Amino acid sequence: MRPFSYSRARTLGDAAQLTHDDTALAIAGGTNLLDLMKLQVETPETLADISRIGFGGIEDTDDGGLSIGALASNTETAVHPRVRSDYPVLARAILAGATQQLRNKATTGGNLCQRTRCFYFTNIDQPCNKREPGSGCGAIDGIAKLHAVLGTSDQCIATYPGDMAVALSALDAQVEIAKSGGDTRTVPVRDFHCLPGDTPWRENVLEEGELITAVTLPAPVGGTQIYRKVRERSSYAFALVSVAAVVEIEDGKFTRADLAFGGLAHKPWQDPRIGEALMGKVPSDDLFDKAADILLEDARGFGENDFKIPLARRTLHAVLQNATEAAA
Amino acid sequence: MTVHFKQDTPDDSNRLDGMKQGVLGKSIRRVEGMAKVTGTAPYSAEYPIADCAEGVLVTSTITRGKVVSIDKDAVLSMPGVLAVIDDPAMTTRAAQGTADEAPQQEPGTVCYWGQPIALVVAETFEQARDAAKHLPINYREDPSAPLDPQAVEAEEQEDETVRQGDLDHAMATAAHSVDVTYTTKGHASAAMEPHASIAQWDGDKLTVYASLQMLNYNISELADALGMEEENVRLVSRFVGGGFGSKLGVSEDVVAAAIASKEVGRPVRVVMSRQQVFQCVMRRSETTQHLRLAADENGKLIGFGHHALVSNLPGETFAEPVLQSSHFLYGGENRDLMLEVARIHRMTAGSVRAPGEAVGMPALEGAMDVLAEKAGIDPVELRLKNIPEEDPEEGLPFSSHKLAECLRQGADAFGWDSGPRSPRHTCEGEWWVGTGMASAARVHNIAEAKSRVTLKADGSAVVETDMTDIGTGTYTILAQLAGEMLGLEPAQVLVELGDTKNPRGPGSGGSWGAASIGSAVYIACKAVREELGQRLGVGETELELKDGKAASGESLVSLLDGNDLSREGHYEPGDIKDDFTASGFGAFFAQVRVNRFTGETRVDRMLGAFGFGRVLNHKTARSQCLGGITWSIGVALTEALEFDPRDGHLVNCDLAEYHVPVHRDVPDLEVVLVEERDPAASPIQAKGIGELGMCGGAAAIANAIYNACGARIFDYPMTPDRVLAAMPD
Repeated sequence: MRPFSYSRARTLGDAAQLTHDDTALAIAGGTNLLDLMKLQVETPETLADISRIGFGGIEDTDDGGLSIGALASNTETAVHPRVRSDYPVLARAILAGATQQLRNKATTGGNLCQRTRCFYFTNIDQPCNKREPGSGCGAIDGIAKLHAVLGTSDQCIATYPGDMAVALSALDAQVEIAKSGGDTRTVPVRDFHCLPGDTPWRENVLEEGELITAVTLPAPVGGTQIYRKVRERSSYAFALVSVAAVVEIEDGKFTRADLAFGGLAHKPWQDPRIGEALMGKVPSDDLFDKAADILLEDARGFGENDFKIPLARRTLHAVLQNATEAAA
Repeated sequence: MTVHFKQDTPDDSNRLDGMKQGVLGKSIRRVEGMAKVTGTAPYSAEYPIADCAEGVLVTSTITRGKVVSIDKDAVLSMPGVLAVIDDPAMTTRAAQGTADEAPQQEPGTVCYWGQPIALVVAETFEQARDAAKHLPINYREDPSAPLDPQAVEAEEQEDETVRQGDLDHAMATAAHSVDVTYTTKGHASAAMEPHASIAQWDGDKLTVYASLQMLNYNISELADALGMEEENVRLVSRFVGGGFGSKLGVSEDVVAAAIASKEVGRPVRVVMSRQQVFQCVMRRSETTQHLRLAADENGKLIGFGHHALVSNLPGETFAEPVLQSSHFLYGGENRDLMLEVARIHRMTAGSVRAPGEAVGMPALEGAMDVLAEKAGIDPVELRLKNIPEEDPEEGLPFSSHKLAECLRQGADAFGWDSGPRSPRHTCEGEWWVGTGMASAARVHNIAEAKSRVTLKADGSAVVETDMTDIGTGTYTILAQLAGEMLGLEPAQVLVELGDTKNPRGPGSGGSWGAASIGSAVYIACKAVREELGQRLGVGETELELKDGKAASGESLVSLLDGNDLSREGHYEPGDIKDDFTASGFGAFFAQVRVNRFTGETRVDRMLGAFGFGRVLNHKTARSQCLGGITWSIGVALTEALEFDPRDGHLVNCDLAEYHVPVHRDVPDLEVVLVEERDPAASPIQAKGIGELGMCGGAAAIANAIYNACGARIFDYPMTPDRVLAAMPD
C-alpha cells in the first residue's frame, strides 16, 4: 500500500473540492476501494472521506417515488419498509450481493461505482487496459469465465459486478449528481455506466469533482418484481447471469416488462426492444425465446464464458415464467 | 525416563475401555475454544514482540528463468525500508510434508509465476509492501516453460503401478463394463490464517513463531535451510488457524524471516498476503483419471483399472497419490493401476486435505455409480458385493473394516430407497431432486511420537509435546486421554503443545495426529501408572484410578508425597504396518436439487457414516466429519484453481473467487459414527478421522445430480455451465 493523505469532508462542497483532482478518490464504505488500494490497483494520493457529509437518508419524493441517499448503507436500503414493499426487486438484488458485513458498510454511491472483479484488473503484474491503458487485455485468451458476452470491445471484456444497479436499471432509477461548482445533474442509471469501447478505464459518466448524492426511484408500479441471480455458490459470489424484472400481466398479456441483466456486460444491460417485444403479448415459450433472441442477438463468447449465452436465455425464460405464474 | 513401545502385534486388550474415569470419548468442548473465540489465543503473527520489523515477500512475475539483477537501491531510499534480502538460502517453495530437509532454495532461479525471490524489510508493513511492489527486478526469461499437463510426456510413478491378470480381456468379456475418464481441478487449502512468522535471534539461538503443522519436521527443514544445528532452533506454533496440508512443510515466510532477522539485527515478522498464500504455498494437482471397471452378471468386479495423471514442478517428489485407496477398496482379480506425473511450471503441488483420496475417490465412486446403473444393481448393494475379504493386491488382512456397516447404517439413517433408480423421478417447481451415494476410504497413517506426561505433586497433570492443534481438538483429546488413564477430569490436565522445547510429536497431517500422539501419551501414562502401582503394591493392569484416587482410597497427592512423577512415552509404529492393510471406511449419502433452467445445484441434505477405530471425543470427531463433508461439497460443486494458460499463474487467488462452500451451501449434515476398536492401527485402537470425511463425498453429490436431472458429468467441480452442457433437454 502506498502512503496517502486522508482528509475528512464535512460538507458536499468540501468533498467536491477534495476530490477535484485525479490523484484523489472519495471513500465512504471502502469495501471495494480498500481492497484495491492494498493490491495497489488504486493508488490515490488523497482519500477524501465523504461518509460524514450527510446524504444518508432515504426519503419519499413529491411524486411518490423514493430518494435513496448516496451514503445510505446497502443494509439500510434493503430493509427500508418502502423499498421492501414498493421496490422489492431492489431489496432482493442488494441482499443477493456480498455478505451482511459488507452490506453494512457499502453505500449506494460506492456500490454504483464499484470496479470490476476481472482477475487481470486486480493483479498489477498482469496486463489490463482498464488499469493501465495500452497494456493489453489479459482476459481475452486468458481465464474469462466470469467475463462479458455483450458490449465487449477488443480492449476489455470485463463485467460490471454489482447487483443493486441491475435492479435500479430495471426500475429506471435516476442518479443525482452534484458538480463541484454547486450545480447538479441527473442521469438515468441505465446511462450511468459505460461500455468499454476504446476507453475501458472510463466506467461511468462521473466527471472529476462530481459526486453522487442520491438515487431516485420513480413512483412505484404494480406487478411482479423478480431478481434472479445465477451463481456457482449460493452466497458471496458474483453473478454468472442475473435478471431484474418488473413485470405486469393483465388480461393474460404483458402490460409491463422492464428487464435488466447483470453478469453479461460492462454495465447493467438493458435493451428496450425486449420489453417492446413482450408488451401486449400472451406469455409463451416462443415469446420468451424471442425476447432472448433480442437480448443475445450480438452476444459473443470468449471460450470459457460461452455458456453465459445459453444460460442467459434459460434464466430469462425462468424469470418470465415465474412472472407469468405469479400473475396467474 | 523414557518408555519406548513399538507395536509389532495387534492389541485386543482395549485397556482404555477398562479405565474408570469415564471421560474418553465424551463430547467435550475444545478446551482452547473460549480463548480462540475471544481473541486471546495468540496466532503466530500476534505475539507481542518488541521492536519487530516487517517483511514482505517479493514474488516473480515471470514463469521460468533467472533473476539477473535486483535494484535494491531503488527501494532502500524509500521511507522506512531497512533491507532487501535475496539470500540464496531463502526458499522458493514450501517443503513437502515430512520432507525433513530444506525445500528448494536459490530464489534467483525462477520456476513458477509468483515464486518468492526476495524479501523487503521495513519499519511498517505498509512501507514494506509498497517497497516490495516497487522493487525493480531484471530477469532472463526461459521461454520453455510447459504449463499444460496434457502436453508433456508424463513420468510413470513405478512404485504405484500394479498389473495383475489381464484387464483388457476382462473388459472385453465382462457382462458389464465401464470405461470413463474423470477430471478434477486443482484445489487450495484455503486456511483462514495466512502463513505468518516472527523470527527472533538471541546470539546464535533462533526462535520462530510460525503457523505450521509439523514442528518435528519443520525444525529440521528450517535448520537445514539455514545451515544450523537443530538444538539452536526453537519453533512455536501453539495455535494454528487451519492448515489442511498447506503448513505441513516449512514455508517461505519462515526461512525468510529468520534470515532477515539476522541481517537487520531485530525481530522480523513476515505475513503472506492472501494472494501469496494461494500463489506460492501448495496446490492440489488437477487430475485426469481413466477408470475401467469390469463386472460379471451379478455385478461382482472381475477387473479394476485406474490410471491417473497429475502434475508437479520438475524436481518435486510429491505426486498426488490418487490411487491410494483404489488399491484395496474393491476386489477384481484383473487389475491395472498406474500414476503418472507431468512436469509443468505451475506452482508447487503438494498435500491438500486428504491427498489422493480427495480426488481419486470421487472419480472411482462416480464410475461405480455408472456400473450400478449398467448392471441394474442398487448402488449400495453393488458396493457391498465388492468388498474384498483381504487386500486384493497385497493379500494382507485388513486391520479392521467397517465399510459394510457404514453402508448399511448410513443407508438406514438416510432413508435410502433401494428401489429401482432412474433419473428425473422428482421435480419440485424448477428443481430436479435426486439422491446419490458413495463409499468413503482413506488409508490409515501413523507416525512415531513422543510425549512427556507429568503427574504434579498437587495431583494435576501436564502433557507436553511439540505436537500441534490445527483446530482439530488435539488439546482436548489429550486431556481426555491422560485424564482417563490417570483418574483425572480433563480440566485437571494441562496440555502444552506447539513448542519444540517439548518432546517431538508426530505433527498434524494425514489424519495421523490423534492416533500417533495419543499412543505416545498412552504409553507415558501407562508408565506413570506402573510407578503408582508399585507404590501401592498392585500391578498396573489392576490399578484403578478415578477422581484423583486409587480404588484402595489413597489419593494421588499422598502417593506423590510432594514430588512430581514424570514419564516420557515414545511410540513407534513397528512391523505391524507390514502385516495389515489399515484404512478408515465410510459411506456418504446425499440429496441434491438441480435447477432445470440454470443448472445450479444445491445440496438438500447429506449424511456420512464412518468407521475409524476408537472415538476419542464424539464432538470433535463429529466436527471433523462435518468439515470433511463440507470439503466434499466444495470438491463436487465449486472449488477449482484456475491457471492462466500463457504464464501459468494462479488466477483466482483469493477467498472471493476461489469458491469454498459458504454457510448457505452447507445444509443439514448428519454424521453416524460407527464405533469400533482397531487392534492393529495403534495402541489406542484409533485411526485417522479428519480426511476420511471428504474421501468420496463429492461422488455422492455427483451421483445425486445424475439421479436428479440425468446429467452424467465426468468433470469436477460440477458448476452450472457443466451441468447445463450435460443435462438432457
